[in-house]
Amino acid sequence: MSPQPAHTDDSARHRIAPARVLDVDPLLDDPETRIVVCCGSGGVGKTTTAAALGLRAAERGRKVVVLTIDPARRLAQSMGIDSLDNIPRRVKGIDDAAGGELHAMMLDMKRTFDEIVEAHADPERAAAILSNPFYQSLSAGFAGTQEYMAMEKLGQLRAREAWDLIVVDTPPSRSALDFLDAPKRLGSFLDGKLIRVLLAPAKVGGRAGMKFLNVGMSMMTGALGKVLGGQLLKDVQTFVAAMDSMFGGFRTRADATYKLLQAPGTAFLVVAAPERDALREAAYFVERLAAEKMPFAGLVLNRVHGSGADRLSAERALAAAENLVESRIVDQDDGKAGLRNSPDPYAGSDSPTASGPAADPPGPRGPEQGPGKDRTDSTHPANPEDSAKGVSSTGDADTADPMDPVDIADPVGASATGDDDADQGVDRLTAGLLRLHAERMRLLSRELRTRGRFTARHPEVAVAEVAALPGDVHDLAGLRDIGDRLAANRSERFDAADG
Amino acid sequence: MSRLQVVSGKGGTGKTTVAAALALALATEGKRTLLIEVEGRQGIAQLFETEALPYEERKIAVAPGGGEVYALAIDPELALLDYLQMFYKLGSAGRALKKLGAIDFATTIAPGVRDVLLTGKACEAVRRKDKGGRFVYDFVVMDAPPTGRVTRFLNVNDEVAGLAKIGPIHNQAQAVMRVLKSPETAVHLVTLLEEMPVQETSDGIAELRAARLPVGEIIVNMVRPQVLDAADLELVREVPRTAVAQALSAAGLGGARRGGKAEQLVDPLLEQAAEYAERHALEHEQRSALGELGLPLRELPLLAEGMDLAGLYELATELRNQGMS
Repeated sequence: MSPQPAHTDDSARHRIAPARVLDVDPLLDDPETRIVVCCGSGGVGKTTTAAALGLRAAERGRKVVVLTIDPARRLAQSMGIDSLDNIPRRVKGIDDAAGGELHAMMLDMKRTFDEIVEAHADPERAAAILSNPFYQSLSAGFAGTQEYMAMEKLGQLRAREAWDLIVVDTPPSRSALDFLDAPKRLGSFLDGKLIRVLLAPAKVGGRAGMKFLNVGMSMMTGALGKVLGGQLLKDVQTFVAAMDSMFGGFRTRADATYKLLQAPGTAFLVVAAPERDALREAAYFVERLAAEKMPFAGLVLNRVHGSGADRLSAERALAAAENLVESRIVDQDDGKAGLRNSPDPYAGSDSPTASGPAADPPGPRGPEQGPGKDRTDSTHPANPEDSAKGVSSTGDADTADPMDPVDIADPVGASATGDDDADQGVDRLTAGLLRLHAERMRLLSRELRTRGRFTARHPEVAVAEVAALPGDVHDLAGLRDIGDRLAANRSERFDAADG
Repeated sequence: MSRLQVVSGKGGTGKTTVAAALALALATEGKRTLLIEVEGRQGIAQLFETEALPYEERKIAVAPGGGEVYALAIDPELALLDYLQMFYKLGSAGRALKKLGAIDFATTIAPGVRDVLLTGKACEAVRRKDKGGRFVYDFVVMDAPPTGRVTRFLNVNDEVAGLAKIGPIHNQAQAVMRVLKSPETAVHLVTLLEEMPVQETSDGIAELRAARLPVGEIIVNMVRPQVLDAADLELVREVPRTAVAQALSAAGLGGARRGGKAEQLVDPLLEQAAEYAERHALEHEQRSALGELGLPLRELPLLAEGMDLAGLYELATELRNQGMS
């Protein structure tokens, strides 16, 4: 619909230029899309998004494998991947009418590292490496191993050519940089100068010209020994010597994985929630991906709240709630049940303006007041109840001060609804519903502000919004629901609701 | 009251915010606290709305009653060079090591070395005294890595001690572990009333306990206000739509007859109530799961206007009122 003058209740929303819409279905359906990488800060629903995208693509006919890092236990169980065996498992219970398949696996980083060693060294050497204490610590612990191994596993899965789409969840990195940096960093360490220093003692006795260099190097080794402790240094040296033959492989594969990520068949999705920190991190990701020339597809904005009653502002809802409670007090004093139906200010029209306490400013309030379709509908005789009820008190509400509870409670033409206790309960509940709504509207406008800041900084980024669910996702049905919400793109609904 | 307060929590639970609020809360009544950041994210600077923190302790806030909060963002590379300078007077050799990539190696690749440096710095601040023999900081609050990694982070000294069986790193690690495993330290976990963070909190506590690290309290963050009570939740399941429509109409929101303004509000409002009820039930479940962990529970409210500096002070007051400082 055309942009009408701002409704007072929704003005915040109109100030924000609508972001470009990210359409996930064409992305998932495109046979050229071979890898989808979901990245983002922790706690924004990255794993769920990856799983939901995988399921959706599979049910639309693609042969998909989802590589997850750390799924919620119940979600992993429902997909049948709760055991850490590093092998993709076929997920049962998906709709395979379109001919698709879904496989999933949970990354075991230590196992992945071990596999690399086993694949690239003869059994004796492999055993020596695997039992080295430095290796054991490195493979299980260091910040970056998980990121590197996720990328390594991605490369392996891609090389198998057994799936036509791989969806990857990235580790909850300390910072956006880690998963992009890890391959490079490990690679540059493993064939860098330091390694040569560490290996230096083993190479003593080279050409005469090397002697001086070796003196310098053993001095360095001495310094390292001071810092790290001689025994640790020895372990490192042993490890490095044992792995020497594999370095080339590491570097080559790290480079290959990096290039794979940059290739056109890859799509990066940045996942965020409409919260300040998450979106700040998202902006950072977007900038970083651009700097690395990675193919970025768009932003998935999870947990976006909406309201079916978003024309009722927080302020008006709160005022009305107060109104209800006050009128109840007056009712009690008078021993009357109160008016259960406030009259419409204009016969047959649909506006609460005159009876609303918020005293809307004159002028166009929204499309329903214009000579548009809404008005035609509401004056349509399909509403015979209105005239049948004979809203006789029309004039009263028009002139009444809506803030005066006595007027609201004026029992003109009202038949007492009976049980006063029940009424009181309903009033209390209704006041609660209105307060709940006010809270929702505040959340909504905060989310819009936060999102607006992101859009202002990155207007070029396509966004897919996912409506918030009240609970957690544990099963395929939940994932399917998320997938539907992802594809439905609520931002359009927003625009439509705004008129 | 432990003098080293370590704050961890699953990503997205607001652990940095809670750590900052705790530092503020502990600084009231003329006390001085040091807030330490170890993950290089500059989250503290953002919270206190100041420019990025350098690798030096600087005052960033004054607490009610004249207390002071200092902050430090630890840079592992600089910390290592510092350390080398302090213990070995390496000077130019240190720079040469940096050139070779050895510093990068030691702080990012070598397991545990980075973590020893970070926790070591915190422990040094805890024990630092002025010339008069008084502690320089009454409390040190550390914004630690997330729950999934915190035990490893704190316990890595043990790991390094195992790896480097002798030598300076070994000695440093041993010294640090003595502080971390003593009652001088308390590790708090921040969570939300949601399934995954609660699960992670429970796992994290088991890990911390297995490593004999002192577990402190559980802080439930972003708790939503109770809007509907039990009676409301019961009534909302059976209330006739027309009764709600009439009440809305009585509140001045338009006509209650079918298609009237008030009547049109009924479905969306009841739907929101149903979502609230579902969430409420889940929260109740998670709260009892947390209760079973046998640790003190604190609750911090969700700030309606989002997190800002004023909100931080609000949360600090809340923590004080709940007796956490």
